[in-house]
This record gives sequence, C-alpha cells and structure tokens, in this order.
Amino acid sequence: MATTRGGSGPDPGSRGLLLLSFSVVLAGLCGGNSVERKIYIPLNKTAPCVRLLNATHQIGCQSSISGDTGVIHVVEKEEDLKWVLTDGPNPPYMVLLEGKLFTRDVMEKLKGTTSRIAGLAVTLAKPNSTSSFSPSVQCPNDGFGIYSNSYGPEFAHCKKTLWNELGNGLAYEDFSFPIFLLEDENETKVIKQCYQDHNLGQNGSAPSFPLCAMQLFSHMHAVISTATCMRRSFIQSTFSINPEIVCDPLSDYNVWSMLKPINTSGGLEPDVRVVVAATRLDSRSFFWNVAPGAESAVASFVTQLAAAEALHKAPDVTTLSRNVMFVFFQGETFDYIGSSRMVYDMENGKFPVRLENIDSFVELGQVALRTSLDLWMHTDPMSQKNESVKNQVEDLLATLEKSGAGVPEVVLKRLAQSQALPPSSLQRFLRARNISGVVLADHSGSFHNRYYQSIYDTAENINVTYPEWQSPEEALNFVTDTAKALANVATVLARALYELAGGTNFSSSIQADPQTVTRLLYGFLVRANNSWFQSILKHDLRSYLDDRPLQHYIAVSSPTNTTYVVQYALANLTGKATNLTREQCQDPSKVPNESKDLYEYSWVQGPWNSNKTERLPQCVRSTVRLARALSPAFELSQWSSTEYSTWAESRWKDIQARIFLIASKELEFITLIVGFSILVFSLIVTYCINAKADVLFVAPREPGAVSY
Amino acid sequence: MTVPVFFGCAFIAFGPAFALYLFTIATDPLRVIFLIAGAFFWLVSLLLSSMFWFLVRVITDNRDESVQNYLLIFGALLSVCIQELFRLAYYKLLKKASEGLKSINPEEDIAPSMRLLAYVSGLGFGIMSGVFSFVNTLSNSLGPGTVGIHGDSPQFFLNSAFMTLVIIMLHVFWGVVFFDGCEKNKWYIL
Repeated sequence: MATTRGGSGPDPGSRGLLLLSFSVVLAGLCGGNSVERKIYIPLNKTAPCVRLLNATHQIGCQSSISGDTGVIHVVEKEEDLKWVLTDGPNPPYMVLLEGKLFTRDVMEKLKGTTSRIAGLAVTLAKPNSTSSFSPSVQCPNDGFGIYSNSYGPEFAHCKKTLWNELGNGLAYEDFSFPIFLLEDENETKVIKQCYQDHNLGQNGSAPSFPLCAMQLFSHMHAVISTATCMRRSFIQSTFSINPEIVCDPLSDYNVWSMLKPINTSGGLEPDVRVVVAATRLDSRSFFWNVAPGAESAVASFVTQLAAAEALHKAPDVTTLSRNVMFVFFQGETFDYIGSSRMVYDMENGKFPVRLENIDSFVELGQVALRTSLDLWMHTDPMSQKNESVKNQVEDLLATLEKSGAGVPEVVLKRLAQSQALPPSSLQRFLRARNISGVVLADHSGSFHNRYYQSIYDTAENINVTYPEWQSPEEALNFVTDTAKALANVATVLARALYELAGGTNFSSSIQADPQTVTRLLYGFLVRANNSWFQSILKHDLRSYLDDRPLQHYIAVSSPTNTTYVVQYALANLTGKATNLTREQCQDPSKVPNESKDLYEYSWVQGPWNSNKTERLPQCVRSTVRLARALSPAFELSQWSSTEYSTWAESRWKDIQARIFLIASKELEFITLIVGFSILVFSLIVTYCINAKADVLFVAPREPGAVSY
Repeated sequence: MTVPVFFGCAFIAFGPAFALYLFTIATDPLRVIFLIAGAFFWLVSLLLSSMFWFLVRVITDNRDESVQNYLLIFGALLSVCIQELFRLAYYKLLKKASEGLKSINPEEDIAPSMRLLAYVSGLGFGIMSGVFSFVNTLSNSLGPGTVGIHGDSPQFFLNSAFMTLVIIMLHVFWGVVFFDGCEKNKWYIL
C-alpha cells in the first residue's frame, strides 16, 4: 500500500476535493434533513376520508399501512379517465380529480379497477346555481326513526317522499383506496405543475421517468363493524398492559336549558308540563372534520338561539304555566345519537325532565331556504291515528298559526295530505311515547338543500355573503337578508313557544333581534375568531376559535368547539351577568340567593375595556347545561344494536400526503447491480493483492524504517 | 428511492472499504482495535468542529446570505484543519503505543509496523467519515421518492455514493502519506 510519491504531500487537487466534501458534509449535517427536503413536498392543507363503522358495515376509505403511492394523473374531463383505467403504462395511478367530476358514476368506475388506482385527491369545485352534490343517502337515518316495516310501512324507507332526492350515497360506501380533499388552491397548482413538467409524454405516448408521484397515508385500524372493533378494543383494554384501542364511539354533549330554572338534583313533578323546542347541532361531509353544515344545521340552531333570547326577554316569563326547554341535539346526523340518548335518559329517570312532563314538541328542521315566505309544518300521521293526540296536534298547529299571523314575512302552511315526518329528533321521541309535535321546515317535499351534508353547504349556500371591502368587525355586525329572514322565523318560534307555555299578554312584543342572528351566522359560518365570540367564552377556550368557520362534525373527543360555543352563546343570550367575583362564581354555594342546583355559573372573558388593554370578565348565571350524547348502545354494550345508533370512528396513527418524483424500476435495478459488482470486484481485487502482498510490497531497506 | 437503490448505493460507497476490512484488518485483533481508535479520533475531531460551527452560528444568528456563505467556507476549512490535527494526534499516540508495545514484547512479529498503522488509521478515518456523510442520504433513499422535484439531479444518490467511496479511499491514502511524512520528519508534506 506504499505510494510512489512518498515525498510530495497531498496536492491542491485532493485538498480542494476534501474542502468540497466537507462543505457538503457540513451543509448536510447543519440543514437538518435537507435531503428529505430535496425529495418530498408535503401537502399540509388536506382533509382525509376516514373509516366509520356501524353495527353491520364499515364506510369510508383505507390506505395501506405504509401509505399508497401512485403516479399522478390529472383528470379534468371524463375522457382522461381512460388513461387511468386502461391505457396508462405505469399503474398504479393517483388520480387528481376535479371537484365537479366527483360523482357516483366516476367513483363506480374507479372502485371497479382498484389494481390500477392507488388513491384519489379531489379538488374543491366552485358550485354554481344549477349544480348539486350530496354524498348523503336519499333516505337519511332510515330505520332509526319511527317508521319501520311494522309501524307505518307505507311511510317507511321514504316510500312516499324521498327527502334527499339529490343524494348519491357516496359517503356511505366503502373504498379500499385513500381519498383526500385538497383544500388549498396553491397546493393544487404545485401538483398540476409537477404533473405538467414530468408526467406528460409527447403526443399521447408514454412519459419518461422520473415521474411525479403522490403518496397518501391514512391507515385505519378498525375493520368490519362496530361490534368487531369494540370487542377487540375491549379485549385489549382488559388483558393488555398497553392497550391498543382501535375505534371510538361518536359522542359529544347535547346543550339544553330551561326557561324557568328547575332543580336538577331531583326530577320534575309529573304535573309540571314542559314545551320542548329542539334542533340539531351537527352535520357531516364525505371528508373528516369538514362539515360546514350551513343549511342543514347552523341556520336552524342559530334561529333557535335567537328565539331563546327573544323569549327570555318577555316580562311575565316567571309566571307562565308551563316551562319551556330549549335543547340542541348533537349527533343527529348519525342515526340520532343525541336524541336517542336523551329519550333513554328520560325513560330511566337520569334526566330531570321526564317523558310524562312533555306537553308538546316543536322542532326546527332546515329553515334557511324558504321559497316565497312559506314555512311548512310537518306532523306525524301515525301518532295522529289516536284521537286525543290528533286533537293535541290540531291545537298545536292552531297556536302556531295564530302566533305566525303577527309576522307577515313568514307564512305557516300545513301539508295538504298526510306525509311522513322528515328526519328529525321528534321521531325518536315518538318512538317512546305519542306526544304532539311539529317539525318546521322550509321544504314541503324533498329538501331544498342541494348540498345536504356536503363540503359545499357553506355560507354561500344560504346566501350569507359580505361585501369584500368590509373588515371583520364591520362584517360581524352587518345584517344580511338571510339574517333578517331567520330572525323572522325566530320571532314566530318564540311567540309560538310563549303561547304554548301559557302566555297571552305580551305575545306581540316578543321580537327576535336580527343583529344577534347575523353575529351568530358570521361566527359560525365565516370567521369564528371575532370579538363577540371571544367575549362570551371562558378564558381557556379562546384558542378553540380560529380565523376560519367552525366545523360541525360530532367527532370523538368532547365537547367539540361547536358545542362549547353554542353553550356559551345560549348562556350569554338567555342568562344574566351577575356581580359575583371569580371565586364566588366558581363556588356559589356560599353566596346567599345563588344555587348551583338551579343555575350554572361561568366566568367568561367579557369584552375589551375602552382602551383595549384588558378584558372585563364577568360571571354569567344561566340555566344552560350539557347532557351526555353517547348512544345507549354503548352504555348497554349492545354493539350490534339496530335499536340505537352504533356509529364509531376508527383510530389511526398517521395521516399525511406528499408528492415527489419516482425513478423507473430499471434504474433501480441497475443501481443495485452496479453496487453489487463493485462490491464483488473490490473483494476479488483485495483478496488477490492481499495474497500477493509480500511480492508486491517490497520496502526499501533503510535503517530505522520498519518494513511491512 | 427504494430498497434496491438503498442496497446498491450502500454497496457502492462501502463495498471496497468492507473488502479491505475483511481481508486485511479482520484477521488481526490488534488492527481492529487501531481501526476503531482511528474512527473514534475522527469522531472527536468532528465533534470539535461542530462545536465551533454551532458557536459561530449562535453568534452570527442567521444574518444575510453572503455572510452565511463565507461562514460555511470558513467552517469547512476549520474542520479540515481540526481533522488533520487529530490525525497528527493519533500519530503521536500510535508512536507512543508502538514504543510501549516494543518494550513489552521485544519480538517484532506481534507489533504492527508504522506503515501498517498508517494504513489502518487512514481506513478508520475514512470509514467513519464515509458513514457520517452518507448514512443520512442512504436512509432517505429507502423512501419511495427520488431527488428531483425542485430541479436537482435525479442521480443524487449515485453521485453521493461514488463521492463517499472516493473520500474513503482518499482518507486511506492521506493516512499513509501523512504518517510517512511524520516518520521521516518531512513536515512540508503535511
């Protein structure tokens, strides 16, 4: 191993090489993982489609455990699909689908050829006036309402009225490849640029490597059905030290409050009569945690919040003969989780109000898309076969019409012929007991909502738009036409509830405030982080509001943002600000005249002071409480129940998406062969030299030098 | 890129070094010890230069680009100097060690010669430097993607592998030359 140039040192060339290599080394070491940044572009603003399970089926999407990789192909018209399905030479493909092509036909085709599809990325389309998209089924919550083959078979399974006519049922299908939503236009542009640079061959011929590819990770742990995954989780948590839970039931809290405070530690007397005003809080879409729900949920609960505020302002509230309960059910989208749990609790005495106490039931369905001022009153034909119930319902409708007469902008209409109830919480109450109830909705037949439970059910769907030049604070207080219309509906509801509760004198003075309605609509549909929402929440909840609209998906960790905001909004609108200090607010038992059984006390942030330096917190006293909304099926461990909702959400470890270039398989194998041959060659050469070392290396005999 | 590329590049970069190790060093335990000691000395030199780099970065605190470039060049030069310093230190240590070994054991069979130690130390430095410079890139080559989406060359992994191979060999040669220069007191060689 002697060098012939024993005298000269390392020449400038090799020194320069050393320098270069060290700069490379240092750059690599100092930049963290800069090689990874050279290879991958992560996609951060995406929403995955996750797996949900019920008693018998699994729905949603699944990827393989180490992600699914595919060559990107942009599909902008139906003909582009041919390349993916049959022609393309480099399967599997990752399809980048335009939003308007996300239809049942295209999805059926893609579902059929799963060997060539690695996954799907959908871009947001711009909905126009004639398009529609509803991934929900045509008959929502079928089988969990009142009508079944044994009770009201002519109304069961939406035989007479198909409520969600435009529904394609995609959200309830099971896909074996991952589907992601690309929410950010800029990221979509980057992907399309990469596609145009690398994936387009000349004149329809095959493109050459390296090709632009995308990898989607959304591996779901739960399989088959809720019964299977809950059983597996149960076994894990019983026998394992480190349990691996695979799914969680969908659960959250219902928000409820009483007009006159009641003692929640005991139950109500049977002779106390309560009028229930109900609506739903949640919605869903095909993708996880994207649920703008403007028409399907937000408009309804905002109207009810405004009605609650208006009713509380009536002067003789404390002397009404009946009480009024405002309840906001969570989880109605998934087979009536909230209302079924409340009925179950009422039946078993776990809720202060019992089923016997309910005098009448007024529910707000979807109310924002009224055509020509009509508000339809839906009633249940099956329970009205009983004479006394029929009379009660007649009285109820008459009272409603009387209260609605004072508001010319809302025309209450009865249905011409007997028709089933639309999907509503009233159906769960009727399953337990024949009560007189009505559902107020803007549709007489099928929904007017063309985007029922989809990503496009946003503020634009209910015509809530703000001029571009307005600042967030101005927009917060800007009263839109939709807000005025919803305020009118709230006025009708509040007056009706007043009369149903026994009030007579002040009916015409009850008026809902359009300012409240518009602020609520702005906060829930456009920008949650506004001054009013911040002032009504507790201090540690302020990070729940961000600059985008709130999403109203029930989720598995509770309470969700929406539940909190609705709870505190109702407390603010119907409660009273008291003079209690912070310590008294947290423990009002010491204060005379205050009772924790009757009221809830919360210490909220309050508005800014005049200098905007600090907030003026206050203690708000209200009757607003949360009631657990977990399906009774999980309480009773009946995981394959057909009586109660059994929806559960799978758990997952890692959800991400990224794009990069991939090299051809040939290049990879060439690299491997080259490496292998270098290894073999060097082994042979070294062996030979080593064997002949004494012949090759003859050191010059020098005094003091040591020979090899 | 994937598993074939991972193994291919690993073989390219570390194949000859592995062959050298297998046939010349693994046979004699003393040589293995000297190899590992040499690798350790390189590691310490890297530690020192990275400490200097960290301090310099903290002091300048990410100012404009040209300053960063000059700093990079300065850092590279400094680390080269530190590395050569440690080579010298290892030479001194080996000198003392071989004198000590000779005094314990007067027969010359067991003690390795200085030239052999030069080769072993060079290989030690080379292997450690190669591992440190290439393992990060190698682990990224296991993923499904290859370099290129931002416009870099798609042959990045192959180039790095060959570069690493070359560096390892160069370290061996530099070791021999360096020790030879020190032995014969021809200091200008350094």
